[in-house]
Amino acid sequence: MDPFKILRNAVLLILFGLVVTACATKKSTTAPSKIDSQIQGDVYIGSDTVGELAKGVPDRVFFATNESILTTKSRDTLRKQAAWLRENSNVNVVVEGHADERGTREYNLALGERRANAAKDYLMTYGISADRISVISYGKERPVDPGSNPLSWSKNRRSVTVKAN
Amino acid sequence: MKKLKLLTIIILFFIIKTSNSYSLIEVDITRGNLNPLPVAVSPLFQDNKSKNEFTKELDLEDLGLEISRVIENNLKQSGLFNPLSKDAFLQKPDIAHLKPRFEDWALIKAQALITGKVSLDNQKLKVEFRLWDVLAGREMLALAFTTVPNNWRRVGHIITDKVYERLTGEKGYFDTRIIYVSEEGPKTQRIKKLAIMDQDGFNNKYLTLGNELVLTPRFNPTNQMITYLSYFRNLPRVYLLDIETGIQEVVGDFPGMTFAPRFSPDGKKIIMSFAKDGNSDIYTMDLENRIVEQITKHPSIDTSPSYSPDGKYITFNSDRSGYQQIYVMKSNGSNVKRISFGNGIYGTPVWSPRGDLIAFTKLHKGKFYIGVMRTDGKGERLLTENFYQEAPSWSPNGRVLIFYRETKTNKKGEGFSAKLWSIDLTGYNERLVETKTDASDPSWSSLLSN
Repeated sequence: MDPFKILRNAVLLILFGLVVTACATKKSTTAPSKIDSQIQGDVYIGSDTVGELAKGVPDRVFFATNESILTTKSRDTLRKQAAWLRENSNVNVVVEGHADERGTREYNLALGERRANAAKDYLMTYGISADRISVISYGKERPVDPGSNPLSWSKNRRSVTVKAN
Repeated sequence: MKKLKLLTIIILFFIIKTSNSYSLIEVDITRGNLNPLPVAVSPLFQDNKSKNEFTKELDLEDLGLEISRVIENNLKQSGLFNPLSKDAFLQKPDIAHLKPRFEDWALIKAQALITGKVSLDNQKLKVEFRLWDVLAGREMLALAFTTVPNNWRRVGHIITDKVYERLTGEKGYFDTRIIYVSEEGPKTQRIKKLAIMDQDGFNNKYLTLGNELVLTPRFNPTNQMITYLSYFRNLPRVYLLDIETGIQEVVGDFPGMTFAPRFSPDGKKIIMSFAKDGNSDIYTMDLENRIVEQITKHPSIDTSPSYSPDGKYITFNSDRSGYQQIYVMKSNGSNVKRISFGNGIYGTPVWSPRGDLIAFTKLHKGKFYIGVMRTDGKGERLLTENFYQEAPSWSPNGRVLIFYRETKTNKKGEGFSAKLWSIDLTGYNERLVETKTDASDPSWSSLLSN
């Protein structure tokens, strides 16, 4: 075969490849992926792992990477928890703070504690007394989702309010 | 608990005092291990009477051969030596130990030769060994030890330490142990136990049963105490454990989580973090008078503290700049200075026992690195890159780092594992440290004998 022909064919093939991949990229940007619909601003907004503290009261809130700031949705969840706790004054709770696996173990223990306290503080501003809420941090030790991807990590960055008695 | 008593090994006498005269063999450990030194480790000779008794007592076919294998394995793992196959040896162990025929050993390209003899002396194991320079045709080192027969693996480690020291000019790290966390079960429900093993993976023992979560065990550099984090009764607190007696106690009386413990270099204090109301600061507790001191006072997370070997400084990580970075301060908490300024976040600083370097974990663009920098933060060198790895711990001579790695799981969340790895300060000789179960949080002991 003529070496020029080979070269020309190769160039054509590459060009064709570029066109195809360009189309493919376009497609994927127009249709939002599953992950995008479950994470907003690095915070998990789905309901996959969410349990209930009581009927209609979600048990957990989620955080952005390295953050302990409560989102609007988290505050809404915690207000529901506080309302239920006010009605059930005999129930004490433990707020468990967790981190994803993308950090060092010791820092994550501190981060989990910070997250649990962010939730505790918010419950307190809605009238729940400090002695009814204890906190414990598990750092990255107790992931709820074993996956190694951004969606799994977002589900693991959480604080969970559980009944202590 | 099984006793882990340190059986003292007495260096009986120098057979021949070795001089520091000029020698042909020298191993350069400051560079990579591209040309490991070829070394022949002859099986240690034993007479028939001793052999029978050792076989009876230790259930070993050939103790002399076993000890030589311990030495060979240590030398090989160091990456600096290349132990030659025993099949090629021409000279018998007993004759070689008396006076090697250097031409025979040169013929198989050995540059150093280790010979020895084991015997049973008054119910004690007596071991002699000699290190020979094959090319120069002379003895470099000769020592003898006595100990209880059960201690035979340690004899192999001590011999390796002596050989390493003679050939590299630096202390060895073979007669040491690793404390770590043994892991089993699914990623979401790991069972963790404290475990201890010899540096080469033998004599593995579990120190807790796995009923409660345990993390980050660290050796006292001066004795057989360890400090670690336990979730006993769901109260995460720093504990002290005496591995000889099995006695353990909570460190201090803190109204919240204490974590990230380490001993001071003199072994008299524990430095750790205490978390309260969402803020973690660094504290020390004196183990003699139980006095607690607060070292940092900052609304950020301050954790992973580690003392300099002279006890005058502390390195730690803090997110006071917005992200986790490494800082150095005086041991009273004054003069806090940030030292990490590279791209990414930095954590788990550990001061080298030599004092000149700080090892760390770095996270940058989704990858984890183990690296070292000078104590002023300059001269950063990344030794290894991986999906997840952290928590380096120094060998007592400051030449090797041990750390742990975790694997990335697949789409179904399967395939998780945690393993111990080691790497030379040079960035060469990266090795999996084999453990019976998955493992994490390794901490290297000091040399058990000197």
